[in-house]
Amino acid sequence: MIPASFDYFRPSTIEEAVDVLAGAGEEAKVLAGGHSLLPLLRLRLAYPTALVDVGRVAGLRGVSDRGDHVLIGATTTHDEVVRSPIVREHCPLVALATATVADPAVRHRGTFGGSLAHADPAGDLPAVALALDMVLEVRSPAGERAIPAAGFFLDYLESALAPGEILTGVRVPKLGPGWGFHYEKFHRTAQAWATVGVAAAVRQSNGTVEEVRVGLTNMGSTPVRATAVEEAARGVEAGQNGGLRRAAEQAAEGTDPPADLHAQPDYRMHLARVLTHRALLSASAHRSPAT
Amino acid sequence: MARISVEVDGIAYEDDVEPRLLLVHYLRDRLGKTGTPIGCDTTNCGACTVLLDGTSVKSCSVLAVQADGCDVTTIEGVSSDGEWHPVQKAFHEEHALQCGYCTPGMILASIDLLKDDPDPSEEAVRQGLEGNLCRCTGYCNIVRAVRRAAQEMRVTTP
Repeated sequence: MIPASFDYFRPSTIEEAVDVLAGAGEEAKVLAGGHSLLPLLRLRLAYPTALVDVGRVAGLRGVSDRGDHVLIGATTTHDEVVRSPIVREHCPLVALATATVADPAVRHRGTFGGSLAHADPAGDLPAVALALDMVLEVRSPAGERAIPAAGFFLDYLESALAPGEILTGVRVPKLGPGWGFHYEKFHRTAQAWATVGVAAAVRQSNGTVEEVRVGLTNMGSTPVRATAVEEAARGVEAGQNGGLRRAAEQAAEGTDPPADLHAQPDYRMHLARVLTHRALLSASAHRSPAT
Repeated sequence: MARISVEVDGIAYEDDVEPRLLLVHYLRDRLGKTGTPIGCDTTNCGACTVLLDGTSVKSCSVLAVQADGCDVTTIEGVSSDGEWHPVQKAFHEEHALQCGYCTPGMILASIDLLKDDPDPSEEAVRQGLEGNLCRCTGYCNIVRAVRRAAQEMRVTTP
Protein backbone atom coordinates (compact mmCIF):
# COMPACT_ATOMS: atom_id res chain seq x y z
CA MET A 1 0.00 0.00 0.00
CA ILE A 2 0.98 3.62 -0.37
CA PRO A 3 1.61 5.41 2.94
CA ALA A 4 -0.63 8.29 4.02
CA SER A 5 0.79 11.77 3.37
CA PHE A 6 3.26 13.34 5.74
CA ASP A 7 5.60 16.30 5.84
CA TYR A 8 9.26 15.45 5.44
CA PHE A 9 12.26 17.15 7.03
CA ARG A 10 15.91 16.24 6.59
CA PRO A 11 18.03 18.13 9.11
CA SER A 12 21.80 17.89 8.88
CA THR A 13 22.79 18.51 12.50
CA ILE A 14 21.45 17.10 15.75
CA GLU A 15 20.59 20.60 17.00
CA GLU A 16 18.53 21.21 13.89
CA ALA A 17 16.92 17.76 14.18
CA VAL A 18 15.83 18.39 17.76
CA ASP A 19 14.40 21.79 16.83
CA VAL A 20 12.56 20.45 13.80
CA LEU A 21 11.12 17.56 15.80
CA ALA A 22 9.99 19.92 18.56
CA GLY A 23 8.22 22.09 16.01
CA ALA A 24 6.64 19.23 14.07
CA GLY A 25 3.99 18.34 16.62
CA GLU A 26 3.18 15.27 18.71
CA GLU A 27 2.38 13.07 15.74
CA ALA A 28 5.83 13.46 14.19
CA LYS A 29 8.13 10.44 14.00
CA VAL A 30 11.88 10.12 13.64
CA LEU A 31 13.02 8.27 10.51
CA ALA A 32 16.43 6.61 10.32
CA GLY A 33 16.77 3.51 8.11
CA GLY A 34 13.00 3.19 8.05
CA HIS A 35 12.98 -0.59 8.17
CA SER A 36 10.61 -0.73 11.11
CA LEU A 37 8.74 2.49 10.40
CA LEU A 38 8.16 2.27 6.64
CA PRO A 39 6.46 -1.15 6.82
CA LEU A 40 4.09 0.31 9.43
CA LEU A 41 3.35 3.30 7.18
CA ARG A 42 2.82 1.08 4.18
CA LEU A 43 0.38 -1.12 6.05
CA ARG A 44 -1.26 2.09 7.33
CA LEU A 45 -0.76 0.97 10.90
CA ALA A 46 0.80 4.36 11.66
CA TYR A 47 -0.14 7.83 10.45
CA PRO A 48 2.58 10.28 11.47
CA THR A 49 1.96 13.84 10.28
CA ALA A 50 5.66 14.45 9.77
CA LEU A 51 8.87 12.45 9.44
CA VAL A 52 12.15 13.89 10.64
CA ASP A 53 14.82 12.01 8.69
CA VAL A 54 17.96 11.78 10.83
CA GLY A 55 19.66 9.53 8.26
CA ARG A 56 22.08 12.26 7.27
CA VAL A 57 22.62 13.97 10.60
CA ALA A 58 26.35 14.28 11.12
CA GLY A 59 27.85 12.47 14.09
CA LEU A 60 25.10 9.91 14.67
CA ARG A 61 26.70 7.16 12.62
CA GLY A 62 29.66 4.97 13.49
CA VAL A 63 31.24 3.01 16.31
CA SER A 64 33.85 4.33 18.71
CA ASP A 65 35.86 2.89 21.57
CA ARG A 66 35.28 4.98 24.71
CA GLY A 67 37.49 3.11 27.15
CA ASP A 68 35.11 1.28 29.47
CA HIS A 69 32.36 1.15 26.86
CA VAL A 70 31.72 1.16 23.14
CA LEU A 71 29.53 3.91 21.72
CA ILE A 72 27.36 2.87 18.79
CA GLY A 73 25.85 5.83 16.94
CA ALA A 74 22.08 5.58 16.58
CA THR A 75 22.08 5.58 12.77
CA THR A 76 24.86 3.01 12.40
CA THR A 77 23.40 0.32 10.16
CA HIS A 78 23.19 -3.31 11.25
CA ASP A 79 25.66 -4.16 8.51
CA GLU A 80 28.16 -1.61 9.85
CA VAL A 81 27.71 -2.97 13.39
CA VAL A 82 28.38 -6.54 12.27
CA ARG A 83 31.50 -5.48 10.36
CA SER A 84 32.89 -3.21 13.08
CA PRO A 85 36.17 -4.57 14.49
CA ILE A 86 35.47 -2.65 17.74
CA VAL A 87 32.07 -4.31 18.16
CA ARG A 88 33.43 -7.75 17.29
CA GLU A 89 36.25 -7.41 19.79
CA HIS A 90 34.49 -5.76 22.71
CA CYS A 91 30.81 -6.66 22.34
CA PRO A 92 30.64 -9.91 20.38
CA LEU A 93 27.10 -10.58 21.60
CA VAL A 94 25.94 -7.47 19.72
CA ALA A 95 27.64 -8.69 16.54
CA LEU A 96 26.23 -12.22 16.93
CA ALA A 97 22.65 -11.04 17.44
CA THR A 98 22.79 -8.32 14.80
CA ALA A 99 23.98 -10.81 12.19
CA THR A 100 20.67 -12.66 12.66
CA VAL A 101 18.50 -9.57 12.04
CA ALA A 102 16.34 -10.14 8.95
CA ASP A 103 18.49 -10.42 5.79
CA PRO A 104 21.45 -8.62 4.16
CA ALA A 105 19.39 -5.99 2.29
CA VAL A 106 17.51 -5.09 5.47
CA ARG A 107 20.76 -4.93 7.44
CA HIS A 108 22.12 -2.47 4.86
CA ARG A 109 19.36 0.04 5.76
CA GLY A 110 18.08 -0.81 9.23
CA THR A 111 19.86 0.93 12.09
CA PHE A 112 21.01 -0.08 15.55
CA GLY A 113 19.31 2.89 17.22
CA GLY A 114 16.16 2.48 15.19
CA SER A 115 15.75 -1.13 16.31
CA LEU A 116 15.98 -0.12 19.96
CA ALA A 117 13.80 3.00 19.65
CA HIS A 118 11.13 0.91 17.91
CA ALA A 119 10.97 -1.18 21.13
CA ASP A 120 9.61 -4.28 19.45
CA PRO A 121 9.92 -7.17 21.94
CA ALA A 122 10.27 -9.51 18.93
CA GLY A 123 13.30 -7.57 17.70
CA ASP A 124 16.65 -9.18 18.46
CA LEU A 125 18.50 -6.18 19.82
CA PRO A 126 16.29 -5.07 22.74
CA ALA A 127 17.00 -8.33 24.61
CA VAL A 128 20.72 -7.85 23.99
CA ALA A 129 20.49 -4.27 25.26
CA LEU A 130 18.93 -5.56 28.48
CA ALA A 131 21.39 -8.40 28.95
CA LEU A 132 24.39 -6.11 28.49
CA ASP A 133 22.97 -3.20 30.53
CA MET A 134 23.37 -0.79 27.64
CA VAL A 135 22.73 2.91 28.25
CA LEU A 136 20.79 4.94 25.68
CA GLU A 137 21.78 8.55 25.07
CA VAL A 138 18.96 10.85 24.02
CA ARG A 139 18.72 14.47 23.04
CA SER A 140 15.86 16.98 23.22
CA PRO A 141 15.49 20.76 23.34
CA ALA A 142 15.89 20.42 27.13
CA GLY A 143 19.33 18.86 26.71
CA GLU A 144 20.76 15.38 26.97
CA ARG A 145 19.94 12.46 29.22
CA ALA A 146 20.99 8.84 29.52
CA ILE A 147 18.47 6.04 29.98
CA PRO A 148 19.56 2.59 31.21
CA ALA A 149 18.15 -0.21 29.06
CA ALA A 150 16.39 -1.63 32.13
CA GLY A 151 14.20 1.48 32.17
CA PHE A 152 13.87 2.01 28.43
CA PHE A 153 11.40 -0.62 27.23
CA LEU A 154 8.02 0.24 28.74
CA ASP A 155 5.52 -1.76 26.70
CA TYR A 156 4.86 -3.16 23.24
CA LEU A 157 6.45 -0.66 20.77
CA GLU A 158 6.65 1.83 23.62
CA SER A 159 9.92 3.20 24.91
CA ALA A 160 10.92 5.78 27.50
CA LEU A 161 11.63 8.27 24.69
CA ALA A 162 9.45 11.31 25.33
CA PRO A 163 7.92 13.22 22.41
CA GLY A 164 10.67 15.49 21.10
CA GLU A 165 13.50 13.21 22.20
CA ILE A 166 15.89 11.67 19.69
CA LEU A 167 18.07 8.66 20.42
CA THR A 168 21.60 9.67 19.46
CA GLY A 169 23.77 6.77 20.55
CA VAL A 170 24.05 3.69 22.71
CA ARG A 171 26.75 2.88 25.24
CA VAL A 172 27.62 -0.79 25.38
CA PRO A 173 29.67 -1.57 28.49
CA LYS A 174 32.72 -3.74 27.92
CA LEU A 175 32.41 -6.84 30.06
CA GLY A 176 36.10 -7.64 30.23
CA PRO A 177 37.83 -11.02 29.97
CA GLY A 178 36.45 -14.44 30.78
CA TRP A 179 33.03 -13.97 29.21
CA GLY A 180 31.46 -16.06 26.47
CA PHE A 181 28.45 -15.08 24.41
CA HIS A 182 25.72 -16.55 22.29
CA TYR A 183 22.45 -15.48 20.67
CA GLU A 184 20.09 -18.40 20.10
CA LYS A 185 17.22 -17.59 17.78
CA PHE A 186 14.34 -19.85 16.85
CA HIS A 187 12.37 -18.80 13.80
CA ARG A 188 10.39 -20.49 11.10
CA THR A 189 11.92 -18.90 8.00
CA ALA A 190 15.25 -17.27 7.27
CA GLN A 191 14.26 -13.63 7.72
CA ALA A 192 11.32 -14.05 10.09
CA TRP A 193 11.22 -12.50 13.54
CA ALA A 194 12.29 -14.72 16.40
CA THR A 195 9.50 -16.92 17.72
CA VAL A 196 11.73 -16.79 20.79
CA GLY A 197 15.33 -15.60 21.07
CA VAL A 198 17.85 -15.84 23.90
CA ALA A 199 20.83 -13.54 24.39
CA ALA A 200 23.30 -15.09 26.82
CA ALA A 201 26.57 -14.04 28.39
CA VAL A 202 28.45 -16.38 30.71
CA ARG A 203 31.54 -15.70 32.81
CA GLN A 204 33.29 -18.73 34.20
CA SER A 205 36.43 -19.52 36.06
CA ASN A 206 38.04 -22.96 36.38
CA GLY A 207 34.93 -24.71 35.14
CA THR A 208 32.56 -22.88 37.48
CA VAL A 209 29.96 -20.43 36.24
CA GLU A 210 30.47 -17.18 38.10
CA GLU A 211 28.04 -14.84 36.41
CA VAL A 212 25.33 -15.13 33.80
CA ARG A 213 23.20 -12.61 31.94
CA VAL A 214 20.19 -13.64 29.92
CA GLY A 215 17.84 -11.48 27.83
CA LEU A 216 14.75 -12.97 26.19
CA THR A 217 13.26 -11.93 22.84
CA ASN A 218 9.50 -12.16 22.22
CA MET A 219 8.56 -13.47 25.67
CA GLY A 220 6.33 -10.55 26.66
CA SER A 221 5.27 -7.05 25.71
CA THR A 222 8.84 -5.93 26.38
CA PRO A 223 12.17 -7.75 26.20
CA VAL A 224 12.71 -9.68 29.44
CA ARG A 225 15.73 -10.23 31.64
CA ALA A 226 15.68 -13.80 32.92
CA THR A 227 16.83 -12.98 36.44
CA ALA A 228 15.76 -16.35 37.87
CA VAL A 229 18.11 -18.11 35.44
CA GLU A 230 20.90 -15.68 36.25
CA GLU A 231 20.60 -16.44 39.98
CA ALA A 232 20.20 -20.19 39.53
CA ALA A 233 23.24 -20.43 37.24
CA ARG A 234 25.66 -18.71 39.59
CA GLY A 235 28.17 -21.17 40.99
CA VAL A 236 27.11 -24.21 38.98
CA GLU A 237 29.51 -26.39 37.09
CA ALA A 238 29.85 -25.44 33.41
CA GLY A 239 29.38 -27.95 30.63
CA GLN A 240 26.80 -30.38 29.34
CA ASN A 241 26.37 -32.25 32.63
CA GLY A 242 26.68 -29.31 34.98
CA GLY A 243 23.85 -27.26 36.45
CA LEU A 244 23.05 -25.08 33.43
CA ARG A 245 20.11 -27.22 32.39
CA ARG A 246 18.49 -26.84 35.78
CA ALA A 247 19.13 -23.09 35.72
CA ALA A 248 17.60 -22.82 32.25
CA GLU A 249 14.42 -24.46 33.57
CA GLN A 250 13.69 -21.09 35.21
CA ALA A 251 13.73 -19.22 31.88
CA ALA A 252 9.97 -18.78 31.52
CA GLU A 253 9.48 -17.65 35.10
CA GLY A 254 7.62 -14.36 35.31
CA THR A 255 7.13 -14.10 31.54
CA ASP A 256 3.86 -13.41 29.75
CA PRO A 257 4.59 -14.43 26.15
CA PRO A 258 2.27 -13.52 23.30
CA ALA A 259 0.08 -15.89 21.31
CA ASP A 260 0.18 -15.63 17.51
CA LEU A 261 0.13 -17.75 14.38
CA HIS A 262 3.57 -19.14 15.11
CA ALA A 263 3.27 -20.13 18.76
CA GLN A 264 1.02 -20.20 21.80
CA PRO A 265 2.33 -18.98 25.17
CA ASP A 266 2.98 -22.47 26.60
CA TYR A 267 5.04 -23.38 23.54
CA ARG A 268 7.01 -20.14 23.82
CA MET A 269 7.70 -20.95 27.49
CA HIS A 270 8.97 -24.38 26.46
CA LEU A 271 11.15 -22.77 23.78
CA ALA A 272 12.55 -20.27 26.27
CA ARG A 273 13.73 -23.09 28.54
CA VAL A 274 15.24 -25.18 25.74
CA LEU A 275 16.85 -22.25 23.93
CA THR A 276 18.23 -20.78 27.15
CA HIS A 277 19.97 -24.05 27.89
CA ARG A 278 21.46 -24.11 24.39
CA ALA A 279 22.48 -20.48 24.61
CA LEU A 280 24.19 -20.97 27.99
CA LEU A 281 26.06 -24.04 26.76
CA SER A 282 27.22 -22.27 23.60
CA ALA A 283 28.17 -19.11 25.46
CA SER A 284 30.25 -21.06 27.97
CA ALA A 285 31.93 -22.98 25.15
CA HIS A 286 32.89 -19.80 23.28
CA ARG A 287 34.61 -18.09 26.12
CA SER A 288 37.03 -15.32 25.21
CA PRO A 289 40.57 -15.92 26.45
CA ALA A 290 41.06 -14.68 30.01
CA THR A 291 43.72 -12.14 29.23
CA MET B 1 6.67 18.08 -2.80
CA ALA B 2 10.37 17.53 -2.36
CA ARG B 3 13.01 17.91 -5.04
CA ILE B 4 15.33 14.96 -5.52
CA SER B 5 18.21 14.28 -7.84
CA VAL B 6 19.23 10.68 -8.43
CA GLU B 7 21.29 8.82 -10.94
CA VAL B 8 19.53 5.69 -12.14
CA ASP B 9 21.35 3.21 -14.37
CA GLY B 10 23.81 5.91 -15.38
CA ILE B 11 21.29 8.64 -16.19
CA ALA B 12 20.76 11.66 -13.94
CA TYR B 13 17.20 12.65 -13.05
CA GLU B 14 15.74 15.57 -11.13
CA ASP B 15 12.16 15.28 -9.98
CA ASP B 16 9.62 16.70 -7.58
CA VAL B 17 8.18 13.87 -5.55
CA GLU B 18 5.74 13.45 -2.71
CA PRO B 19 7.70 12.48 0.42
CA ARG B 20 5.57 9.33 0.74
CA LEU B 21 6.59 8.05 -2.72
CA LEU B 22 8.45 4.76 -2.37
CA LEU B 23 11.62 4.31 -4.39
CA VAL B 24 10.16 1.32 -6.23
CA HIS B 25 7.15 3.37 -7.35
CA TYR B 26 9.44 6.19 -8.44
CA LEU B 27 11.49 3.77 -10.53
CA ARG B 28 8.50 2.05 -12.09
CA ASP B 29 5.86 4.77 -12.43
CA ARG B 30 7.98 7.87 -13.00
CA LEU B 31 11.01 6.50 -14.81
CA GLY B 32 9.30 3.53 -16.48
CA LYS B 33 11.89 1.14 -15.04
CA THR B 34 9.46 -1.76 -14.84
CA GLY B 35 12.32 -4.24 -14.74
CA THR B 36 12.06 -3.84 -10.97
CA PRO B 37 8.93 -5.75 -9.89
CA ILE B 38 6.92 -5.35 -6.70
CA GLY B 39 6.45 -8.66 -4.95
CA CYS B 40 5.23 -8.71 -1.39
CA ASP B 41 5.29 -5.00 -0.57
CA THR B 42 6.22 -5.94 3.03
CA THR B 43 10.05 -6.05 2.91
CA ASN B 44 10.03 -9.83 2.77
CA CYS B 45 10.48 -11.17 -0.72
CA GLY B 46 13.31 -9.10 -2.19
CA ALA B 47 11.85 -8.98 -5.72
CA CYS B 48 12.26 -5.17 -5.76
CA THR B 49 15.95 -5.29 -4.73
CA VAL B 50 18.12 -2.61 -6.36
CA LEU B 51 21.60 -1.33 -5.59
CA LEU B 52 21.66 1.99 -3.76
CA ASP B 53 25.17 3.44 -3.93
CA GLY B 54 26.30 -0.09 -4.77
CA THR B 55 24.59 -1.85 -1.87
CA SER B 56 21.51 -4.07 -2.10
CA VAL B 57 18.30 -2.60 -0.67
CA LYS B 58 14.63 -3.45 -0.98
CA SER B 59 13.25 -0.51 -2.91
CA CYS B 60 9.74 -0.97 -1.46
CA SER B 61 11.23 0.00 1.90
CA VAL B 62 13.10 3.12 0.90
CA LEU B 63 11.45 6.47 0.25
CA ALA B 64 12.41 8.19 -2.98
CA VAL B 65 13.45 11.21 -0.88
CA GLN B 66 15.87 8.99 1.04
CA ALA B 67 17.58 8.17 -2.25
CA ASP B 68 18.19 11.85 -2.99
CA GLY B 69 21.78 12.32 -4.15
CA CYS B 70 22.31 8.58 -4.55
CA ASP B 71 23.21 6.27 -7.37
CA VAL B 72 20.63 3.56 -8.14
CA THR B 73 21.28 0.46 -10.22
CA THR B 74 18.33 -1.63 -11.37
CA ILE B 75 18.34 -4.83 -13.41
CA GLU B 76 18.08 -2.60 -16.48
CA GLY B 77 21.49 -1.13 -15.76
CA VAL B 78 23.64 -4.17 -15.07
CA SER B 79 24.53 -5.14 -18.64
CA SER B 80 27.12 -3.13 -20.48
CA ASP B 81 27.79 -2.60 -24.21
CA GLY B 82 24.99 -5.01 -25.05
CA GLU B 83 26.72 -7.74 -23.03
CA TRP B 84 24.87 -9.41 -20.19
CA HIS B 85 26.39 -9.24 -16.74
CA PRO B 86 28.09 -12.55 -15.81
CA VAL B 87 25.39 -13.15 -13.18
CA GLN B 88 22.66 -12.68 -15.82
CA LYS B 89 24.46 -15.10 -18.12
CA ALA B 90 24.86 -17.68 -15.38
CA PHE B 91 21.17 -17.47 -14.44
CA HIS B 92 20.34 -18.14 -18.09
CA GLU B 93 22.77 -20.99 -18.45
CA GLU B 94 21.90 -22.72 -15.19
CA HIS B 95 18.15 -22.33 -15.70
CA ALA B 96 17.96 -20.37 -12.45
CA LEU B 97 14.52 -19.00 -13.19
CA GLN B 98 11.14 -20.22 -14.18
CA CYS B 99 8.53 -17.45 -13.96
CA GLY B 100 11.30 -14.87 -13.56
CA TYR B 101 9.52 -12.63 -11.07
CA CYS B 102 12.19 -12.92 -8.38
CA THR B 103 15.05 -12.82 -10.88
CA PRO B 104 15.88 -9.09 -10.99
CA GLY B 105 16.13 -9.02 -7.20
CA MET B 106 18.06 -12.30 -7.10
CA ILE B 107 20.57 -10.99 -9.63
CA LEU B 108 21.14 -7.66 -7.87
CA ALA B 109 21.44 -9.33 -4.46
CA SER B 110 23.90 -11.80 -6.03
CA ILE B 111 26.00 -9.00 -7.54
CA ASP B 112 26.24 -7.41 -4.10
CA LEU B 113 27.05 -10.76 -2.49
CA LEU B 114 29.88 -11.46 -4.99
CA LYS B 115 31.37 -8.02 -4.43
CA ASP B 116 31.80 -9.02 -0.80
CA ASP B 117 32.70 -12.67 -1.29
CA PRO B 118 34.13 -13.48 -4.74
CA ASP B 119 34.16 -17.23 -4.02
CA PRO B 120 31.13 -18.06 -1.88
CA SER B 121 30.38 -21.57 -0.69
CA GLU B 122 26.94 -22.99 -1.34
CA GLU B 123 26.04 -22.15 2.26
CA ALA B 124 27.31 -18.56 1.86
CA VAL B 125 25.14 -18.09 -1.24
CA ARG B 126 22.09 -19.40 0.61
CA GLN B 127 22.81 -17.08 3.54
CA GLY B 128 23.53 -14.14 1.26
CA LEU B 129 20.26 -14.58 -0.63
CA GLU B 130 18.09 -15.27 2.42
CA GLY B 131 16.20 -12.04 1.80
CA ASN B 132 15.12 -13.10 -1.70
CA LEU B 133 12.30 -15.57 -2.11
CA CYS B 134 11.69 -17.78 -5.15
CA ARG B 135 8.36 -19.58 -5.31
CA CYS B 136 8.81 -21.72 -8.40
CA THR B 137 12.26 -22.76 -9.62
CA GLY B 138 13.56 -23.43 -6.15
CA TYR B 139 16.96 -22.46 -5.00
CA CYS B 140 19.27 -25.23 -6.27
CA ASN B 141 19.80 -23.76 -9.72
CA ILE B 142 19.99 -20.23 -8.34
CA VAL B 143 22.80 -21.23 -5.98
CA ARG B 144 24.53 -23.04 -8.83
CA ALA B 145 24.21 -19.96 -11.06
CA VAL B 146 25.69 -17.62 -8.48
CA ARG B 147 28.67 -19.91 -7.96
CA ARG B 148 29.13 -20.26 -11.71
CA ALA B 149 29.04 -16.48 -12.10
CA ALA B 150 31.58 -16.16 -9.30
CA GLN B 151 33.92 -18.49 -11.14
CA GLU B 152 33.38 -16.61 -14.39
CA MET B 153 34.06 -13.25 -12.75
CA ARG B 154 37.23 -14.51 -11.08
CA VAL B 155 38.52 -15.66 -14.47
CA THR B 156 37.67 -12.44 -16.30
CA THR B 157 38.74 -10.03 -13.53
CA PRO B 158 41.80 -11.53 -11.87
